[in-house]
Amino acid sequence: MAYDKFTVLTSTAVPLPIENVDTDQIIPARFLKATERKGFGDNLFRDWRYNNDDSPKQDFVLNNPIYSGKILVAGKNFGSGSSREHAAWAIYDYGFRCVVSSFFADIFKNNSLNIGILPVQVSPGFLDKIFLAVEADPKAEITVDLGNQSITIAATGESESFAINSYKKHNLMNGYDDIDYLQAMKEDIQTFAAKSIY
Amino acid sequence: MSQQPATLFDKVWDAHVVRKIEDGPDVFFIDRHFIHEVTSPVAFLGLENRRLQVMFPNKTFATADHNTPTINQHLPVSDPLSANQLKALETNSAKYGISHWGLGNPKNGIVHVVGPENGITLPGMTIVCGDSHTSTHGAFGAIAFGIGTSEVEMVLSSQCIMQPKPKKMLINVNGKLGKGVTPKDVVLYIIAQLTAAGATGYFIEYAGEVFREMSMEGRMTVCNMSIEMGARGGMIAPDETTFAYIKGREKAPQGEAWDKALAYWKTLKTDEGAAFDIVYDYAAVDIEPQITYGTNPGMGMGISQRIPTAAAAGGSKASYEKSLDYMGFHENDAMLGKKIDYVFIGSCTNGRIEDFRAFASIVKGRKKADHVTAWIVPGSHIVEAQIREEGIYDILTEAGFQLRQPGCSACLAMNDDKIPAGKYAVSTSNRNFEGRQGPGARTLLASPLVAAAAAVTGVVTDPRDLIA
Ligand code: SF4
Repeated sequence: MAYDKFTVLTSTAVPLPIENVDTDQIIPARFLKATERKGFGDNLFRDWRYNNDDSPKQDFVLNNPIYSGKILVAGKNFGSGSSREHAAWAIYDYGFRCVVSSFFADIFKNNSLNIGILPVQVSPGFLDKIFLAVEADPKAEITVDLGNQSITIAATGESESFAINSYKKHNLMNGYDDIDYLQAMKEDIQTFAAKSIY
Repeated sequence: MSQQPATLFDKVWDAHVVRKIEDGPDVFFIDRHFIHEVTSPVAFLGLENRRLQVMFPNKTFATADHNTPTINQHLPVSDPLSANQLKALETNSAKYGISHWGLGNPKNGIVHVVGPENGITLPGMTIVCGDSHTSTHGAFGAIAFGIGTSEVEMVLSSQCIMQPKPKKMLINVNGKLGKGVTPKDVVLYIIAQLTAAGATGYFIEYAGEVFREMSMEGRMTVCNMSIEMGARGGMIAPDETTFAYIKGREKAPQGEAWDKALAYWKTLKTDEGAAFDIVYDYAAVDIEPQITYGTNPGMGMGISQRIPTAAAAGGSKASYEKSLDYMGFHENDAMLGKKIDYVFIGSCTNGRIEDFRAFASIVKGRKKADHVTAWIVPGSHIVEAQIREEGIYDILTEAGFQLRQPGCSACLAMNDDKIPAGKYAVSTSNRNFEGRQGPGARTLLASPLVAAAAAVTGVVTDPRDLIA
């Protein structure tokens, strides 16, 4: 599935200062019954966001109108658990394009990159600075510059660089995906497969 | 020319790299691809949108498990969404020529149970599936890990995915395990030491006496939960135990092909002097039966211990308190004696024959506690048949338990097997996340022996007290 190119994103942020947010919280299993990639954003953080009677839980950040934006900022070890890409779909579908944390689970990071969400891993200290900035002013803007691999808190000018390999960076900045790449090397794969004992 | 000493992981990984991309991932060839109904439909849609074919249909195997009922499997599936997903798997498999073991097929069962038991999983392979517990297959000396749906589409269309090579971790456990201490306790103990994120970025090799002496079922239980400490996967070098398990299974190599494969498999071990990025050593004597008290698998402890304080547990105090609050527990509580409501034995972690033997060993001659609801769910039809053949079925029935039909069931509660809000379940599955076993459900992860002890007493009980 093609996605929008990612170059520079300046946006307000939604803070979720909880550690070990797992994929069952991001999208509970009972919402995985679809056979199409549609509407997962409605059930993003379903059980934190809604009561049993489907009324919104007032104290959950997504239900707080003062917070909005395309950047989700979360506590460490974000996205642990299941391989369900539905978790990344739900985040994308809700409208986020970037998730910032001090630590990501591997599969979630891969899945995000594959669908056009940029996971930005920052130091624990910088993560705290973002939380503080957003707490002080929910309208505080964050700029994520993929080309320069930097993230900046606009209000304070504080900035940090982040890592991403140049292959994935190139893909995201151009809206390419791995399937295009693999299709272009089918012959090599065929030759390789011919030698396999399995 | 003398070769550099290599780890088992290096040997298998390097043999599957089709191309190295500079400052990028490896193009990584996949020998076996398992698919199920939940994470494959959108991948097939993607193929259609791009007008791509499945490159090697004979390297992909489909089974329905996540979303299947565990009673009355002969009847039509009542939930229309689930039925639709199962139908999609069947249709897509037929369309692209992929072998499909759907509901009702005698080979059907949980993907990570049926792969090994039918000889599809072999040493030295690379194996992926859109399910994080694909790490299970590492028990055979394979590199096996979970992937997302975009990657499922890559494997279908090109038999490759793009993967950066993980770092290497070695975990040694030496000595002899005590009475009542099972492979599940070994892995829960390791996760409690390393935390739920402690192995992120690594691929694990498990080595030492404890794993050498472990059955294949036990090794699968351990490798299965590698993902619960964040590792991509875990593996164990194949040995005589492995070869004996594989020999004669339906899809295992035979005759000359067997001899050739065996000669290769015997080279699959870490060379003397090969380097790991990090090494941990644990002693078997330090491991007692384990139980979790929180909402991630790293929040576990010996069953006779007390729940640690936030300070002792480390990490953020707010997250820790949120977790204990969800569970309805407090710092310094003892777990022993806590009343429980449900028991679940099953899943790709503990749904194999050895697990039901262990469960039955405690249940035999005792009765199910009246207030406990027990869901006893074999990992596959083959396991179910073994349960009957070995007389375990009779032991269970006499004790007041019922046997259900195979599937993932309450492991992820996608079907009707949901633990109600606020209820406590001792579960042999792999995740105690909030709501994992149903909205509001409270999960205590443990071994089949601990589950059995809870099922007959109705409270958290040390199984060693019930073993003769
Ligand atoms: S039993 Fe649980 S962990 Fe295993 S494949 Fe099924 S849902 Fe995944």
